[in-house]
Amino acid sequence: MILLQTVDLSKQFGDVHACDRVNFTVNKGEFLSLVGSNGAGKTSLVNLISGHLKPDSGRILFEGEDVTFAKVYERIRAGIARSFQIVNLFDALTVFDNVALSVFSRERKVVKIAALADHDQDVRREAFDVLGQFGLAGKSAVPAGGLAQGERKLLDVAIAYALRPKLLFLDEPTSGVSTRDKTQIMDTVSSVVRAGAVTAVVIEHDMDVVFRYSDRIVMMHEGRFLADGTPEAIKANKDVANILLGVPLSA
Amino acid sequence: MMSADVSRTEPKLLLFGAAVIVLVLLALLPLYIGLYQTQLLTYGLVAAIAALGFNLLLGYTGLLSFGHSAFFGIGAYSVAFLLRDAGIHSMELYILIGLPIAALSSALLGYVCVRHTRIFFGILTLALSQVVYSLALKFFWITGGTDGLRVARPTLLAGMFTFTGGGSFQRFINAYYYYVLAVFAICVAIMWVIVHSPFGKALQAIRDNETRAAFLGLRIRRFRWVAFLISGTFTGLAGILWVPLNGLTTPEVLYWPFSGEIVFMTLLGGFRNFTGPIVGGLLFTYLKTYAVATTEYWQLLLGVVLVLLVMLLPTGIVGAIATAAAKLRRKEKPA
Repeated sequence: MILLQTVDLSKQFGDVHACDRVNFTVNKGEFLSLVGSNGAGKTSLVNLISGHLKPDSGRILFEGEDVTFAKVYERIRAGIARSFQIVNLFDALTVFDNVALSVFSRERKVVKIAALADHDQDVRREAFDVLGQFGLAGKSAVPAGGLAQGERKLLDVAIAYALRPKLLFLDEPTSGVSTRDKTQIMDTVSSVVRAGAVTAVVIEHDMDVVFRYSDRIVMMHEGRFLADGTPEAIKANKDVANILLGVPLSA
Repeated sequence: MMSADVSRTEPKLLLFGAAVIVLVLLALLPLYIGLYQTQLLTYGLVAAIAALGFNLLLGYTGLLSFGHSAFFGIGAYSVAFLLRDAGIHSMELYILIGLPIAALSSALLGYVCVRHTRIFFGILTLALSQVVYSLALKFFWITGGTDGLRVARPTLLAGMFTFTGGGSFQRFINAYYYYVLAVFAICVAIMWVIVHSPFGKALQAIRDNETRAAFLGLRIRRFRWVAFLISGTFTGLAGILWVPLNGLTTPEVLYWPFSGEIVFMTLLGGFRNFTGPIVGGLLFTYLKTYAVATTEYWQLLLGVVLVLLVMLLPTGIVGAIATAAAKLRRKEKPA
């Protein structure tokens, strides 16, 4: 079943085609990896779908609804959430508050002004549940700015996950951390996401990680899709191998 | 261990206890200090309310307004108009009618200002507040121009207390102190709940990281607008309370240097702490009063204080004390 579909989605920055008539589909329940060299257009595609950028042309359909020009908050209500490549947290707030805000927002309780945030037991329970799943419950009272890099990456994902999205975009959840932390982060993220039956699209550079965790892999190059298939099919694809090794494409 | 978890009842009771003690001390103070000091303290409490409102924008939403004189002045002039044009003498009616006026003007000005942030926001608030100032100057047949408008002593608590005849000034100052203290306590309680509500947390999230806050599904501009509205209304209330004390309102309270004083108060106390603007408002009142009494060059003196403050105590007095206390605690209990 198709969850998300883009139709000829295009975005240009000057002469550069960040996305060039991209037709991208995401099926419900899959764990999909978006790969490609720097500047291939992966983040641009995620920015277009999440509403961070407006496309030049093309359409975005989410569960059959046209969300091409929907506001960011409307997309989030529809069920599209994302994390960021460069960790984006609320550093002065506690780890708990970082996640609780997502829960408040999703339950439309964030406009409440005459009640103490910490007194909402439902939100507390849910926030602690999410923190527990990401192994961060012990750090709940620490300001987010005081976490180690690996924990910051996890919290970034946890904030997006706490919105209970149908579709979750993760932009390089393991960038900037050690190899050991990478495996731990990906193990945690993939198990939480699969347990929650959330469809995930992950941008990732580390091909070991990609092959190990993905159901499907989509490869982008210069704003277009170059390959699309199971990890086995992608491994066997010569163009993909060439790009990963830096060999120019033969005409 | 950073115990920022206010949901535990123990620290909350402690906080409540401390607040009650401070309140009782403030209530007892007039018995030991003279009439002049009581009057000065009332001015200080009014300033604290103004700065408390201002800091919802600066400290919690991350927006530096240079136009809060407008709301203070609108509050003050509302009272003057209600007295002159409607013959109202009741302080409660001043507040009940003045507050919606302050809220409405905050909503209007805020609607324009929150379309921008950072310096652009600051300049817009400055510009719009100076429009209000020049209106007060130019429409002198309504506002009294630079002469301002006189305001007689109002009645308190629905006419239960009136202040005419012999010794009425003393009686008014003493009664009005407790009146302002009560309003101040209510304001502090309301603001404390606001900054600890989901809404207040959202404001802080927007302050720290606007992009991420948008991707939580928060409608940033609306939050900023409501914060602006509340902030302006609090400062407007301070203006309403200030007029009977001062007996006169002039366009000076609408002029931009007064906005600067509100900024000064908040920086003095510390904008990253809830109690910062309260301490700052009280201290600034004394600082300015004694600076003016001491030297003709009092502005120079305040300027030096401001420079030293920014250089040595960027987090303000309360911020510095909080940092020192945290350090001390860590030394006592090595991790």
